Amino acid sequence: MSTFRHVFVTVLFILLSATGAQSDALGIDVGTPVGVNELAKFYAIPPDGTGLPPGKGTAAEGKELFAQRCAHCHGEHLEGLKEVGGPKLIGGRGTLTSAAPVKTVESYWPYATTLFDYVWRTMPFDQPGSLTPDEVYSLSAYILSAGHVIDEKEVLDAQSLRKVVMPNANGFFSALGPELDMYRLAPGEPKK
Amino acid sequence: MASVTRQKEDDSAAKPSKDDCPCREGMKPRLDYNRRGFLLSAMAASTAGAVTATGAEAEKMKAPPGATLYDVPEDPTKEMARGVHEDGGYGTRSQFETETRIKAERPLDGTSWTYTPLASTIGNLTPSGLHFERHHGGIPTIDPSRHSLYVHGLVDQAKKFSVADIKSLPSITRRFFIECSGNTLAEWAKPTGKNVQVTHGLLSTSEWTGVPFATLARQVGLKENAAWVLAEGADAAVMTRSIPIDKLMTDALIAYGQNGESLRPEQGYPLRLILPGFEGNTQIKWLRRLQVSDRPFMTHEETATYTDLLKDGRAKQFTLAMDPKSVITFPSGEMILPTPGYYLIRGFAWTGRGRVNAVDISLDGGKSWAPARLDNDPEPMSTVRFSYPWFWDGKPAILQSRCIDDAGNVQPSRKELIAVRGLNSVYHYNAIQSWAVASDGSVSNVHV
Ligand code: HEC
Repeated sequence: MSTFRHVFVTVLFILLSATGAQSDALGIDVGTPVGVNELAKFYAIPPDGTGLPPGKGTAAEGKELFAQRCAHCHGEHLEGLKEVGGPKLIGGRGTLTSAAPVKTVESYWPYATTLFDYVWRTMPFDQPGSLTPDEVYSLSAYILSAGHVIDEKEVLDAQSLRKVVMPNANGFFSALGPELDMYRLAPGEPKK
Repeated sequence: MASVTRQKEDDSAAKPSKDDCPCREGMKPRLDYNRRGFLLSAMAASTAGAVTATGAEAEKMKAPPGATLYDVPEDPTKEMARGVHEDGGYGTRSQFETETRIKAERPLDGTSWTYTPLASTIGNLTPSGLHFERHHGGIPTIDPSRHSLYVHGLVDQAKKFSVADIKSLPSITRRFFIECSGNTLAEWAKPTGKNVQVTHGLLSTSEWTGVPFATLARQVGLKENAAWVLAEGADAAVMTRSIPIDKLMTDALIAYGQNGESLRPEQGYPLRLILPGFEGNTQIKWLRRLQVSDRPFMTHEETATYTDLLKDGRAKQFTLAMDPKSVITFPSGEMILPTPGYYLIRGFAWTGRGRVNAVDISLDGGKSWAPARLDNDPEPMSTVRFSYPWFWDGKPAILQSRCIDDAGNVQPSRKELIAVRGLNSVYHYNAIQSWAVASDGSVSNVHV
């Protein structure tokens, strides 16, 4: 009897271990392993530029593309077209403390990498995901030079884009957690 | 100290007649379908047999969305009624129920939103078809057999999970609210929304079913420096947000179920990230990818938008949890109390920082407060229904509610909120809402 139990436990142990090294504490092993090739189609580009694709572009090239693919929503001069829904892309510097802040790529966005990532990801709105990396570098160069963030001659590529310093680069802080300002005795006033 | 003047039933005051108060059955502002006309024309049609309706009648006889129009017998006990399965096996709501989401006036419906009719939903859960929407690139149609969720980045073994894989894992079912961080955003400077659907309708509650992120994490193995996770949707906006891994390991769900069936397409079919209590946009719909990282990615949705600009020009990022909030849904904007008399004030309270612990009511614009009754058991990161019996004496009144959660957070007054945030924050407006009842019984949105 005790031998039987011993054998049973041993067999059970072997069976459980045989479910593979991948199985977790509950013995679950689900999902298909994937390699770098299958993941290559994905990107999300952080401020250090990881994942920026090869390619390059200039404001001059971007200007032409913008007129064809973007201006009907964002306006010929990137001024935004309210009735169509494309927001204003440049201007608004110095307005963030005013009663009517104008938040644009130029005045508000902290990172140029976000511009590249976003345009590549989802613009033009009516043909999402249709732009090549060269086109996205060009369009980014055009928007940034029109906003006087970079020189109109600058060539944007994976190296130069990550070095662009946005006007509002230091305008943000992380607010994870509760808003402690709600817990001052007299909000907005210095403590006695 | 917090005493409330609660009038006794006064028999000399005119008793409200049940018939002349549309509010009694839950006032429906912007009612598109005239219930009475609808009933009469349907009756006429049934008594006269096959009747060709006039243009106006045909208009009235159109079934409300989600309903099927049937003839209405004069006496349902005297006619054989329809048999089972005429609906094809999936039921519809009554043709007399007409609540709908209403949409924002925006140039592009692909990046727009719809509001839940909070004043007319019943109980605590929002019917799936009335759950508010906010999309940045429309509603994609996704075949679940061709959809995968990739989990990769700082993991030992990157994997993809089919929807069937996810459904094979142990699941959790819980009720959570989702609120858009832009809910109530037009109320900072002046009262703007005319009714509660518009002021607070970017709030809904569902019973969600899904797999905890921690369960998936064990399937891929997390590296030591894992600190953030990028969630990405399979919509045309390819919506992305970076989420602290703390949150994912605490209570996040990879959800596939909503109110007993699969997610609605507008809510992310076939997979959605549920982050209880976090702002709606982080709960990525049509979820296709989770990339584990040691830092946030600074996506469009956490820099250009969904950040809160303060008076000094700096902006707060990652304001993720929704603060305690509440709103009275009855009586509320655009409703009319026909006569002085007894009314049951009703509303919702919620907090993304725990459970609702208490709701207070003020009838005098915040001078005095008294506790409301909680109509369902408070659950973490979920809504609570509250009610409060009120005898309206016919004099002007300003009705308010405030939520206190079990972490001790108190819903602020508008003045308190603005003192800290200024007027440019856009998102996370959770101030106390005021509804003014005028002596003629009309109710409107005011600031005090
Ligand atoms: C069909 C109209 C349309 C077209 C064409 C279009 N956009 Fe947009 N764009 C929008 C809308 C709408 C938004 C806001 C999206 C949202 O609400 O999430 C937007 C947002 C943006 C933003 C972010 C603005 C901000 O401050 O958040 C950038 C940058 C941008 N578009 C660039 C482009 C570029 C570059 C092109 C051309 C390749 C383009 N867009 C074409 C409609 C359009």
